[in-house]
Amino acid sequence: MKPASFEYVAPTTLDQALERLAEHGFEAKVIAGGQSLIPMMNFRLAQPSVLIDLNKIAELSYIRLKDDELRIGAMTRHVQVERDALIARHAPLIHEAMTKIATPQIRNRGTFGGSIAHADPAAELTAVTVALDARFRLQSAGGERWVPADEFFFGMFATALGPDEMLVEAAIPVAPERTGYALEEEARRAHDFAMAGAAAVTALDEGGKCSAARLVYFSIGDVPTDAGDAVAVLIGKEPTPDLIQSVVDTAADRLEPSDDIHATAEFRLHLARVLGRRALQRAFERAAVEAN
Amino acid sequence: MSELIEVTVNVNSEEYRRSVEPRMLLSDFIRHELSLSGTHVGCEQGVCGACTIQLDGAAVRSCLMFAVQADGHQIRTVEDLGTMDELHTLQEAFWEAHGLQCGFCTPGFLMSILPVLEENPEVSEETIQRAMEGNLCRCTGYQHIRDAVKQAAEKMVAGGEA
Ligand SMILES: Cc1cc2nc3c(=O)[nH]c(=O)nc-3n(C[C@H](O)[C@H](O)[C@H](O)COP(=O)(O)OP(=O)(O)OC[C@H]3O[C@@H](n4cnc5c(N)ncnc54)[C@H](O)[C@@H]3O)c2cc1C
Ligand code: FES
Ligand code: FES
Repeated sequence: MKPASFEYVAPTTLDQALERLAEHGFEAKVIAGGQSLIPMMNFRLAQPSVLIDLNKIAELSYIRLKDDELRIGAMTRHVQVERDALIARHAPLIHEAMTKIATPQIRNRGTFGGSIAHADPAAELTAVTVALDARFRLQSAGGERWVPADEFFFGMFATALGPDEMLVEAAIPVAPERTGYALEEEARRAHDFAMAGAAAVTALDEGGKCSAARLVYFSIGDVPTDAGDAVAVLIGKEPTPDLIQSVVDTAADRLEPSDDIHATAEFRLHLARVLGRRALQRAFERAAVEAN
Repeated sequence: MSELIEVTVNVNSEEYRRSVEPRMLLSDFIRHELSLSGTHVGCEQGVCGACTIQLDGAAVRSCLMFAVQADGHQIRTVEDLGTMDELHTLQEAFWEAHGLQCGFCTPGFLMSILPVLEENPEVSEETIQRAMEGNLCRCTGYQHIRDAVKQAAEKMVAGGEA
């Protein structure tokens, strides 16, 4: 099918884009990489009357280190993040996630900010940013505010973004020493959206005991699902395979996945157990290597 | 109908100027406005890869861009490769290794794989597989396509092309 008609504007600065957004509000949509929005427009699931193209706004595309945080501009393309040395070094979980997102052609266009703002429950970056305690800077013509990742995702395709707001950048704390990470997912084909997935971030102290543990699932519920204290009980203990197994079982018992055309709830629960265990295990292995 | 917007694009080293509606997809622009029908359209949702072209040297889905967004950019389509008499090394390898049957998917595969080989033809099995990951083929079972890419890569290394 073909998209419905719309008015097209292509501002060259962030301020111009925000003014346009303030003017048109609900009627308008910003377009970043278009890799999720255009399919929706092609099928007329989205019919914005004004399309504000962000692709000419150079100031929104960057990856830089600022104090102890990585700052990623909203319009930074997936492919840039995938190949960036700062990301590989300071946010290896993001580096690992990138090649699991869609296909190379889609990563050449799709953006970091677009993926987060779109809030597809199966998008890797939703769980990854929550697991890393990222923060997002939202800006409107009236001002700006920072929202932590774990308060940003409201539901399927629903976020904290107001109709006049744009996501302009993400701030990600630099991985501390002795930290391990892993992303595990299961999809039908290499580039498909995952039927379920889990992102883990762990750390070990000098004695080999767990000093931090985080496990966040995606494609299990409408929003990234943090295993929270089910996993935090690992802290202060040696992360043996048996202990990891029991922790992951407790975490899975609290999940309430849903059925859809991609997978049944029962299968998702099974995947959550397996992928959660693998993610934690691999994260601890990496933390142990880091510690040596 | 919304206002027409003037678009100037460089396609296969030739400049084209057209006035289009903002909602016109780049894939439709290439096929219907420029009459370059080598770029195929399968799904219009980014999944099949048949519409893959190169935008400023990078493989992208032409069904997931509006023509107005290509204004001022360089586009390369399958028509830029060889001719019937003189196939491009990659096209010739597809022919020799039976990398196609119906051929519907072929332009997309060629445009996805070429930037990878042009960047560095000394490719590993894994690199080849990754380069093919975003294109669907309902006929060949992929093995022959992989063989074709390998063959082309070897020829490009031997011929010092890149
Ligand atoms: C075949 C296919 C497979 C895919 N597989 C995966 C996958 O496995 N994992 C995955 O994570 N993604 C996948 N994607 C989606 C892809 O990663 C998209 O690039 C991403 O979801 C959206 O980014 P975008 O820049 O293209 O955003 P767009 O499509 O331009 O925008 C998406 C939405 O976000 C809004 N938006 C965009 N940027 C901003 C901003 N800065 N501020 C406020 N709102 C904004 C838009 O208004 C729109 O509503 C896939 C896409 C396709 C077509
Ligand atoms: S037609 Fe563009 S990906 Fe299928
Ligand atoms: S050759 Fe027929 S789809 Fe690939």
